[in-house]
Amino acid sequence: MSAQSPQDTQDRKFTINFGPQHPAAHGVLRLVMDLDGERVERIDPHIGLLHRGTEKLIEHKTYLQSLPYFDRLDYVSPMNQEHAYALAVERMMDVAVPARGQYIRVLYCEIGRILNHIMNICTQALDVGALTPITWGFEEREKLMIFYERACGARLHAAYFRPGGVHQDLPQDLLNDIEAFCDPFLKVLDDIEGLLTDSRIFKQRNVDIGIVTPEDVQNWGMSGVMARGSGLAWDLRRSQPYEVYSDLQFDIPLGKNGDCYDRYLCRVEEMRQSIRIMKQCLANMPSGPVSSQDGKVVPPKRGEMKQSMEALIHHFKLYTEGYHVPAGEVYSAVEAPKGEFGVYLISDGSNKPYRCKIRAPGFAHLHALDYLSRDHMLADVSAILGSLDIVFGEVDR
Amino acid sequence: MSKQQTLAHLPLIAHLQAELGDKLANHYVRFGELTLEVNPGHIEAVLKFLRDDSDCAFTQLIDLCGADYPERPLRFDVVYHLLSMTQNQRIRVKLQAGEETQVPSATELFDVADWFEREAFDMYGILFSGHPDLRRLLTDYGFEGHPLRKDFPLSGHVEVRYDDDAKKVIQEPVSLVQEFRDFDFESPWEGARAANLIPDSLPPDNLPGDEKASQQEQEG
Repeated sequence: MSAQSPQDTQDRKFTINFGPQHPAAHGVLRLVMDLDGERVERIDPHIGLLHRGTEKLIEHKTYLQSLPYFDRLDYVSPMNQEHAYALAVERMMDVAVPARGQYIRVLYCEIGRILNHIMNICTQALDVGALTPITWGFEEREKLMIFYERACGARLHAAYFRPGGVHQDLPQDLLNDIEAFCDPFLKVLDDIEGLLTDSRIFKQRNVDIGIVTPEDVQNWGMSGVMARGSGLAWDLRRSQPYEVYSDLQFDIPLGKNGDCYDRYLCRVEEMRQSIRIMKQCLANMPSGPVSSQDGKVVPPKRGEMKQSMEALIHHFKLYTEGYHVPAGEVYSAVEAPKGEFGVYLISDGSNKPYRCKIRAPGFAHLHALDYLSRDHMLADVSAILGSLDIVFGEVDR
Repeated sequence: MSKQQTLAHLPLIAHLQAELGDKLANHYVRFGELTLEVNPGHIEAVLKFLRDDSDCAFTQLIDLCGADYPERPLRFDVVYHLLSMTQNQRIRVKLQAGEETQVPSATELFDVADWFEREAFDMYGILFSGHPDLRRLLTDYGFEGHPLRKDFPLSGHVEVRYDDDAKKVIQEPVSLVQEFRDFDFESPWEGARAANLIPDSLPPDNLPGDEKASQQEQEG
């Protein structure tokens, strides 16, 4: 066998299925990959294996009943999703959230960001062969989940951010415990970084892999770390601030090369900034109500209902009929850990959303996988997929 | 709040009116968001202008989705959300389409439109002309119908299970042990009006469910 005939080169091409059951697929993703040897020629992602018809279900629920569906989208950082929806409803109803409610929201959004980034960094490291970070990271994640649980009673399906504020106030000892979490966590972050940042293997697998240029960011609708890793200083918390973000001090880490490694570095630094934001929230947290005092939107406290007929009526009406939202449409977006998470809400003036389109950042990012993986090796696909930060709850909806 | 934001849009609106002329069928600002309405035939030109004009620079297509209004002759809305990172501005572009309308695809202008349009086709059956690969995206292989249409039942038409006798996954018509309970809680509650959510200028029968108050009187 000396020179290869065209027939032989043809033989090197084949099509394989990656997933739907594959540990590096981060859920249920089926990739139909056209390969030339180990080189990727084309990827056709088949998504929708986790499609639950969230948008359809929301059309049949009242505005309050729709809220828990948002926990089930990106289940790695549930409250950030609720936030976008709550902001959309608040904007249509012109409801203001009291200061303490806003601080609590920001505090828990940043906890959600850390939850998400730990998950992403550790699983991506796992995908490229580093086994230890996930065991260290998940210990910290567990602590944060307990903060979730102590605030709202559930580890994952929080239903804590409600239109008008948050569901319940936080006890002082919980705030103290979150404060006590912050500094030791930075130490753990240093340890995890010690395992990965300068690791030769980790760098070989990530540096110059899956490069995203600023033009790609525009063209493929990328946001969040995908944009910042390529050097675009774009963060909705800074450029279109909501809640109290405009009063808080934090930096926006930027990458230079737009490769998987820069995105990893951005995520690590964002966690440090999140801790910084959390500390400021804890230090500045005012006292007062945590949700709007408008009885037509926010249900009364249980104690009030024992005394006040009006509160009882409000409670009954809010949990059966719900509130009516003025007709119109809004698009509200938040900087979720994965990127811009948007909710496009159309109201017809009734007590149920007429249409609720969920704009998930992962959807656009996964779409670009084909483009980013071309001419990479098969093993790079899982590294790129890991750095895209995909969760199928939000991609498939 | 909203008045200030409305004013902020004025220079942009004037610019768009001057440049786009009659391609712009309508525009309005509601809840501080600017919406343009265009005809399907003009959508490519409008999107291209919004993307390439230096005063607009809406270089990112953040979202594209459908919406269904079955009572209209052209039942679908196709909604584009654009974002300009440099101008820090958002804009919404809407067009109306019927079941047969071929909406020009935005894939030539924005790569990201590919999946968004596939999703809109999957969910509503909106057709996009010039789309390279208009397949279903989210629903099952071999799925029939368009689930987000208002006339598609919430429970769907078929359910899937593993048949132990046939040793394969089969599809059967949906049979619910208990009827799907979609309670009608809408009542002639004065709440919305009392909370000043509805302007007094609207006629009294404007809330869905309000008509039931007079119906009950007639029956009683």
